[in-house]
Amino acid sequence: MTNGLSREQVVNGSLLALLLAAPLIAAALDEPFYVSLATRVAILALAGVGLNLALGYGGMVSFGHAAFFGLGGYVAGIAAFHAFEESAFLTWPFTIGGSDQLLVVWTVTALVVALVALAIGAVSLRTSGVYFIMITLAFAQMIYYLAISLPTYGGEDGLSIYLRNQLPMGDSAEPLTFFFVCYGLLLLALFVSARLVASRFGAALQCARMNEVRLATLGIAPFPVKLTAFVLSAVITGIAGALFADLNGFVGPSMLSWHRSGEIMIFVILGGVGRLFGPLAGAALFILLESFVGGFTDRWQLILGAVLLAVVLFARGGLIGLLAGKLRHG
Amino acid sequence: MSLAFLIEQLLNGLQFGVMLFLMAAGLTLVFGVMGLINLAHGSLFMIGAFFCSWIGEVSGSFWVGLGGGLLAAALAGAVIEIVVIRRLYDRDHLDQVLATFALILILSEVTRWIFGDQPLYLDVPPLLAGALPLPGGGGYPIYRLAIIVVGLATAYGLYLLITRTRLGMRIRAGESDREMIGALGVDIRTLYTAIFALGAALAGLAGGMVGVLQSVQVGMGEPVLILAFVVIVIGGIGSVKGALVGSILVGLTDTLGRVFLPRLFALMLPTAEATAVGSALASVTIYLLMAAILVWRPRGLFPVGA
Amino acid sequence: MNRGLRSLTLGVAGLLAGLGGAQAEELKIGMITTLSGGGSSLGIDVRDGFLLAVKQAGAGDVEVLVEDDARKPDLAKQIADKFIQRDKVDILTGIIWSNLAMAVVPASVRQGVFYISPNAGPSALAGKGCHENYFNVAWQNDNLHEAMGGYVQSNGFKAPFILAPNYPAGKDALTGFKRYYKGTVSGEIYTKLGQKDYAAEIAQIREAKPDSIFFFLPGGMGIAFMKQYAQSGLDIPVFGPAFSFDQGILKAVGDAALGVKNTSQWSKDIDNPANKAFVDAFQAEYGRLPSLYASQGYDAANLILAAKAKAGGTGDAAAFRAALQEADFASVRGAFKFASNHHPIQDIYVREVVKEGEVLTNKIVGVGLTGHANAYVGDCKM
Repeated sequence: MTNGLSREQVVNGSLLALLLAAPLIAAALDEPFYVSLATRVAILALAGVGLNLALGYGGMVSFGHAAFFGLGGYVAGIAAFHAFEESAFLTWPFTIGGSDQLLVVWTVTALVVALVALAIGAVSLRTSGVYFIMITLAFAQMIYYLAISLPTYGGEDGLSIYLRNQLPMGDSAEPLTFFFVCYGLLLLALFVSARLVASRFGAALQCARMNEVRLATLGIAPFPVKLTAFVLSAVITGIAGALFADLNGFVGPSMLSWHRSGEIMIFVILGGVGRLFGPLAGAALFILLESFVGGFTDRWQLILGAVLLAVVLFARGGLIGLLAGKLRHG
Repeated sequence: MSLAFLIEQLLNGLQFGVMLFLMAAGLTLVFGVMGLINLAHGSLFMIGAFFCSWIGEVSGSFWVGLGGGLLAAALAGAVIEIVVIRRLYDRDHLDQVLATFALILILSEVTRWIFGDQPLYLDVPPLLAGALPLPGGGGYPIYRLAIIVVGLATAYGLYLLITRTRLGMRIRAGESDREMIGALGVDIRTLYTAIFALGAALAGLAGGMVGVLQSVQVGMGEPVLILAFVVIVIGGIGSVKGALVGSILVGLTDTLGRVFLPRLFALMLPTAEATAVGSALASVTIYLLMAAILVWRPRGLFPVGA
Repeated sequence: MNRGLRSLTLGVAGLLAGLGGAQAEELKIGMITTLSGGGSSLGIDVRDGFLLAVKQAGAGDVEVLVEDDARKPDLAKQIADKFIQRDKVDILTGIIWSNLAMAVVPASVRQGVFYISPNAGPSALAGKGCHENYFNVAWQNDNLHEAMGGYVQSNGFKAPFILAPNYPAGKDALTGFKRYYKGTVSGEIYTKLGQKDYAAEIAQIREAKPDSIFFFLPGGMGIAFMKQYAQSGLDIPVFGPAFSFDQGILKAVGDAALGVKNTSQWSKDIDNPANKAFVDAFQAEYGRLPSLYASQGYDAANLILAAKAKAGGTGDAAAFRAALQEADFASVRGAFKFASNHHPIQDIYVREVVKEGEVLTNKIVGVGLTGHANAYVGDCKM
């Protein structure tokens, strides 16, 4: 389409508008629960946007993104824990205390997750295909079991965050404010993803997905390109994890479990792999199903399973594909 | 530490590994021939255990139950293959992972619907009750020895099936060239259903046998599934031989890690801390093993089609 | 007849409360519990016991919303938010697992709702993290282990082998056991959470030659351990908390459980009218024997109903809190009081697994600890 907006752009725009409108209306009607539900959608969509970068564009099917999601959560939780207890995380060789500042938490999350993802990625990217799926799962399982057996930070019981981490201005404990923070970060991640995919780096990444040899003959080594994308993807998912911990006021090993990796993957596939807004559509549908079907039957997992299966079998291209038509490869 | 203790732990590792092999064999066959990742393999294990327990209770015989569980799993496998899995062969791994993840949710809920929420009971058959004395004292449960025997016999049977029979020939042909085998006039749809049902039957057999040792309950297949994946990745996906070696390696590593790591740390730390640190590390040894092997050989110990 | 008596008492209490000036109000209770997946039998029993008590009381002005948490902490938190913010419940209850309780309880009670725990009682909520709106009607998590420690000690065992999964409740279990068992242990193992094969551990037990075994392995882990232990040819007396020997799970453990001594604050043969009525009514309503968890759900509901009768509702939070603390209800356990940190002071019984006809069940054979509170009372500053 040359004039005006494409159908996909209309769908994307409507999704963003809906996600923004829902909590505003809910707040006006004094129904704070729906504000937090929308916040949840925004955060999980952010996690999906992260995974989509590796999975959708780079073809790296990571079954271990819960590791990064959970790490982000634990950074937020541990920082808040030490700030609350007024104790130090590290006393030697230099003192690192806790912090209850969101900006500090995000920075530390990005650093920690990037380091871990660099290590995991460097090892995992030596493999490909099913081996890659399974080795990322294995790393996530390792972190999961270590978190369960770590007594200092609650083990399986996890950590409570008694006071939500603070913003430099505005009250993050106010549901609508916190929603705007998450929504803003989601927009930022979408924007960065879009720019990245359109850039030379993005072209190299997508080429690496389709044909590594071809990329190599162009004089670009695929490994650093994929590793960079993997780390970036992990960092975005990690930030989502930090937000999720702050939203729930809680972090625990369940954020690291393989079911969580599966769920993040579901957001991406449900919405449409390689679609910029796929994770948002997928996360929204998933949360709505979980929240409303769960309200009237204990058998909701059966319904969830049936919906997922139907999407894979009959709606290739996911929700966005259904709404906006097939993906055209340019 | 006595010799009997060491022998007993080695047998434990072997038994655990052999049980994993029954799960891993089906997974690796299905992947080798059809190129499919099946997360719902653990659900077939669960179905085998549930039917074994139920038919065993109704008929009063463990052996009838075990046969019934095996058949039920094979039948469930065939139905799932025809209704769902068949449509996934030409999809990418991603669609396969999601669709079979959805199958886990569905099969778990349906099983719960049929059998209820309480765990079921399955007892040792009288023939295999009791323990055999080990040299140097102590005893080893006969039932666990029987699992080792059944597992190794199954491995040998699979070897014969693949190398000596017509079905095996087609399986090998399917592994090396999927299009060609169709062109040769083999009914590929029936072949795929048969292979899938065979894998399901092995999972059902494992489920029925393990049901005697554990609790028969919804979700029992998932931890085993992850371990079976670790096994086939270590062995080389698609290789039955790799699955056998991988499963015994994982079985031994896990068992010996659990026993000896806490003792190792006890040499350096106070007991309570040593047990905690040792156990924490023991729970990740197999994942460390897998990562190390993949760094060394990115396509497993026995790569297929390399 | 007993049921009639109960509603009459409730009615009179309500009348008195009415005279006292408190207005009878609608009471909305949100129950978050595990109804699907692994461990759902516990949640179903708590729910059934709770709803039975509400039905018996014929309380038309009490509404109970029930939702499944699928044993996921963040889903439990989401449902709690929904119940509090959208449905405006006055009381939350129902959570089975400590890690889910830790995700839900601290934030919920700070929003002014009451939380009545029918099961999970982590030490964090009994000590430093206690709260005036949090009451646990079942136990503090350590209770049953402490009682078993005391029992093993007083029965002259000198070298127990103890094991539990490597997670906070497992560590609390072994610490709790050792709090009342003062001797030395012949071995101590932490197993992987969710582990189903105990061959390696059983071999270690055999090697250590203990005179008794104490284990805490809830759910499927315990079933697996007991069955494998029975096959191992070892014959050392086994002790444990009720979790692996309760009514719902005994059938799955089978004859391997026969003769095992286990500690519980409730048993179906505790001799008091409330308990007899409960066991009969539960069987009539659901066609199965009640479990420990069902008794806890039943007591939780009766505690709430009694407090409502006294204070009218949660409108006057201080009055309702005081009424809860008074715990003026006929507990199926008999004598029941709250300690100052809102956890029970109660007798913990020792039961033995026996066969009644073809059905495996428990029979009380002794008392582990009498009038037992918990070790965290001093840490709680309310």
